[in-house]
Amino acid sequence: MLDDKDRIFTNLYGLHDPFLKGARSRGDWDNTAAILARGRDAIIQEMKDSGLRGRGGAGFPTGLKWSFMPKQADRPCYLVVNADESEPGTCKDRDIIRHDPHKLIEGCLVAGFAMGACAAYIYIRGEFFNEAVALQRAIDEAYDAGLIGKNACGTGYNYDVFLHRGAGAYICGEETALLESLEGKKGMPRMKPPFPAGVGLYGCPSTVNNVESIAVAPTILRRGATWFNSLGRQNNTGQKVYCISGHVNKPCNVEEELGIPLRELIDRYAGGVRGGWDNLLAVIPGGASVPLIPKSICDDVLMDFDSLRAARSGLGTAAVIVMDKSTDVIKAIARLSKFYMHESCGQCTPCREGTGWMWRVMTRMVEGRATPDEIDTLDQVTRQVEGHTICALGDAAAWPVQGLIRHFRPVMEERIAAYKRGSNRPVPLAAE
Amino acid sequence: MVKVTIDGITVEVAAGSTILQAAEQAGVEIPRFCYHERLSIAGNCRMCLVEVEKTPPKPIASCGYPVAEGMVVHTDTPMVRNARRGVMEFLLINHPLDCPICDQGGECDLQDQAMGYGMDHSRYAENKRAVPDKNLGPLVKTSMNRCIHCTRCIRFITEVAGVPDLGATARGEHMEVGTYVEKALGSELSGNIIDLCPVGALTSKPYAFVARPWELAKVDSVDVLDAVGTNIRIDARGPEVLRILPRINEDVNEEWLGDKSRFAIDGLKRRRLDRPWVRENGKLRAATWTEAFDAIAAKLKPLKGEQIGAIAGDLCDAESMLALKDLFVRLGSTNLDCRQDGAKLDASRRDFYCFNTSISGIDEADAILIVGSNPRKEAPVLNARIRKRWASSGAVIGVIGDAADLTYPATHLGAGPSVLKDLQSDSHDFAKVLAAAKKPMIIVGQGALARPDGSAVLAAAWRLAAHVGALSSEWHGFNVLHTAASRVGALDLGFVPGPNGKTLDAMLGGGVEFLWLLGADGFDASHVGAGTFVVYQGHHGDAGAHRADVILPGAAYTEKSGTYVNTEGRAQRGFKAVYAPGEAREDWTILRAFSAVIGKTLPYDTIDALRARLEQVNPVFGRVGFLPRFGCSDHTGPAGDPTVLSAAPFVSAVTNYYQTDPISRASPTMAACVAAQAAPALAAE
Repeated sequence: MLDDKDRIFTNLYGLHDPFLKGARSRGDWDNTAAILARGRDAIIQEMKDSGLRGRGGAGFPTGLKWSFMPKQADRPCYLVVNADESEPGTCKDRDIIRHDPHKLIEGCLVAGFAMGACAAYIYIRGEFFNEAVALQRAIDEAYDAGLIGKNACGTGYNYDVFLHRGAGAYICGEETALLESLEGKKGMPRMKPPFPAGVGLYGCPSTVNNVESIAVAPTILRRGATWFNSLGRQNNTGQKVYCISGHVNKPCNVEEELGIPLRELIDRYAGGVRGGWDNLLAVIPGGASVPLIPKSICDDVLMDFDSLRAARSGLGTAAVIVMDKSTDVIKAIARLSKFYMHESCGQCTPCREGTGWMWRVMTRMVEGRATPDEIDTLDQVTRQVEGHTICALGDAAAWPVQGLIRHFRPVMEERIAAYKRGSNRPVPLAAE
Repeated sequence: MVKVTIDGITVEVAAGSTILQAAEQAGVEIPRFCYHERLSIAGNCRMCLVEVEKTPPKPIASCGYPVAEGMVVHTDTPMVRNARRGVMEFLLINHPLDCPICDQGGECDLQDQAMGYGMDHSRYAENKRAVPDKNLGPLVKTSMNRCIHCTRCIRFITEVAGVPDLGATARGEHMEVGTYVEKALGSELSGNIIDLCPVGALTSKPYAFVARPWELAKVDSVDVLDAVGTNIRIDARGPEVLRILPRINEDVNEEWLGDKSRFAIDGLKRRRLDRPWVRENGKLRAATWTEAFDAIAAKLKPLKGEQIGAIAGDLCDAESMLALKDLFVRLGSTNLDCRQDGAKLDASRRDFYCFNTSISGIDEADAILIVGSNPRKEAPVLNARIRKRWASSGAVIGVIGDAADLTYPATHLGAGPSVLKDLQSDSHDFAKVLAAAKKPMIIVGQGALARPDGSAVLAAAWRLAAHVGALSSEWHGFNVLHTAASRVGALDLGFVPGPNGKTLDAMLGGGVEFLWLLGADGFDASHVGAGTFVVYQGHHGDAGAHRADVILPGAAYTEKSGTYVNTEGRAQRGFKAVYAPGEAREDWTILRAFSAVIGKTLPYDTIDALRARLEQVNPVFGRVGFLPRFGCSDHTGPAGDPTVLSAAPFVSAVTNYYQTDPISRASPTMAACVAAQAAPALAAE
């Protein structure tokens, strides 16, 4: 369990002043110049040592990602912050932006300096209007205080931070689609390679990081990699903001260590599952795009990248969606399929055609208007999408359905059988 | 160079190539829909998936994945086959099963690939997607249900044709390809998207439901509706030319074809001259060949050489022009001209009238000055090449003349010839650009030459080319862009006034008693003297035929085997696809027959004998298809005083791209194009 002294987001609930004065009282912008004075390589090494893994969902080591940026570039380099938080169930970046924006801005400066960037672009989800206003206010404050802009923090380093509002497409949270959108084009993912660290925003080396990954960086650098390492489990170090929603008594965002047992997380912070733990049906542990896990796994699974992976799910954005036994789990997943069909960019074949197919079959599965062997067909369709697309949206669309079939196949079969029993199909008569 | 192994075959390919390119080199076929070697890589069809050793265990799109040293690729593993089958199934679930009524049937990539990767039944039990068809104007027919969203058409129109007309709206399965606001495509190259479309979503509107590809006889030929010499394939069934497609020739047209050249063929069936006509008492009456020949012979008999003249038109093959010239030489006449537009071309040296840099040479140019030309209208395929050069290297382009949209940014330097003077004296900013360029090009259009001070402009342009270093022993940067397919060939065989010969202007207005028009419709026939006896030999009842006293029906370019020299000076040969209608004959045979009637028999009985004579007149006619590159060692300019330039602005030779010659003027499709371009938004049917 995370001690209060180890918390990074000390204003996660907005109880204090989110802006510069309050942020300074919480330790933000405390001698940032000294951090920059350590030099690029030292900062990146510290981040690598901390073991911080990207908080946007894929869990790629952040320090390693920063180190991919060219040491000597003939073109400008950019840091791009992905604040297009659209994963269903996830609302952590939103609270960070509105209650602790200076952590993010300071992180932009530190991370940008470490990768030799000349500017940071924060791409914020279009629906986050108030958050964008708050963040812009914080950015303006930082400029006025000389913390960013020309001669940032008195270090002689020039660094700009730009805020760009998206238009609300889920796909623009994919890093290369985000870059396209930022460039003013249609938000469609790019082929990789080339990776953004080589050819990114405006064709220049760029790194795209999640808000939370950037926001925790200054604290890690202040308190040291060893401190961060001491939290969590091996390869899954540090703390994380979890978003707990669904059938719990007290949905909330909470900062906790990685590797906390799922049951403890729900019971301690979210007031437990509605109707008690035994009323639990399943949990989607990491936002809509990871497979759900049934209660039997929820009982003792740990909330970190590797443990959930071993349970054939994923930590994703750590958005825990709890479903109790009143849930029609097929309908729940069908709704997710509709979401992915709606948000597919339409660029590449498997996702464009497959997401619609999955949703249509899923809607029939909800009624039971299908045959048992169609479950296998559906499973095959998800596998034809998975891994064959340009970006990960295809995978994200496939996994919830796969999870449903893996854990709730008997429910689906029963639904089909019930439809057969209960339906009043007219008996075909001979044409007389 | 890196070594890559594909299905056990090791090949060395250039670093930076993609796996797909390496596979092509290794002779391994990889199916693809969205990938096209002349367009940017989209990677969206996912058909070209392959397995690469030592990468994460998922298939990789080979079209966009760069090779690396020692890479081992497999294209036929269970993983790859399953991936491709999966993609094919996805492509087919929303593709209508209307192959029997689809014009793409028989030459459809999706049909072909479905044989390899498709299933014999569908597992998709839901409703198929329905997409409203778009109206893209009179040339391209759409059937959007068939679209597989490969975006080749969008990429072609945006990247190659250079107009922002096509795009995809909406997303996911609702994504639709279209023009945003319904309008006719505003490109002269729009027909190429029909060839590019791997399915039947974009087909030819005039050719809709006309024929199946396997019914067609395919004949290689050369396009004559502009001077680029685009290599084409004529698809004919029986006596009808049904469609024209481009052939690949990297040095000329790559694989593109202009809309006029592709779609004007319905003009070949209209207003045709299919029998001889003789004017009696002011009215034309149908006649026999004998009557027609006798009428001409009777008229010709009393006339001396200097009283007769001949004019060659824009679509003529070199063979018939030589036969006509030989005939007139035998009749003692030197009154010959091929410059219908009055262009002051200097035929004394070949590089005074050719596109010397060559079309493929554009790919090396770093600064281009266009004088009195709108290449987008005059030679759209060549214009696409300039655009490609601009896009790939940022070549700087300047224009003197009309400030038209050329599909690439061009600095408009001025409208009239005075700019040439300023450039010559380095008092214009663009002079620095030209001087700094390693391989500068100057392109002179017919609009700059077909005017009273044409020879002065030609000389001034040459002098400027010499001044900016465009004429060196390795690089010839002086270019004349022609608009007539026959022009360079005619100049090569000397179809210009001989000693004491009269030019076109001198022959008009009663300058000669007898005028033989070989397909010449490009000048104002009302200027022909009232007493002049006119013989019109050609294939269309156009301006020349209206004025004629005797009409001899000839053959269009699809109906004869002929040699054409394009604007570069590249001799190319087209073959006969269909027979000329009615009593019409191939033009050189008409001249040969007539020469016998008047007792001046031409010394060739076969086309081969005529071609031997052609080669004897000028060896360039022997080098068919081949064009040597050469520099310029002699800087002596063409005749003309480069200082006596007028102030009149240059006007492009072609203002109406769709109707430039008798064939396109007779074409209803081209007329529809003119209407559509005049009011693109009203093109809805």
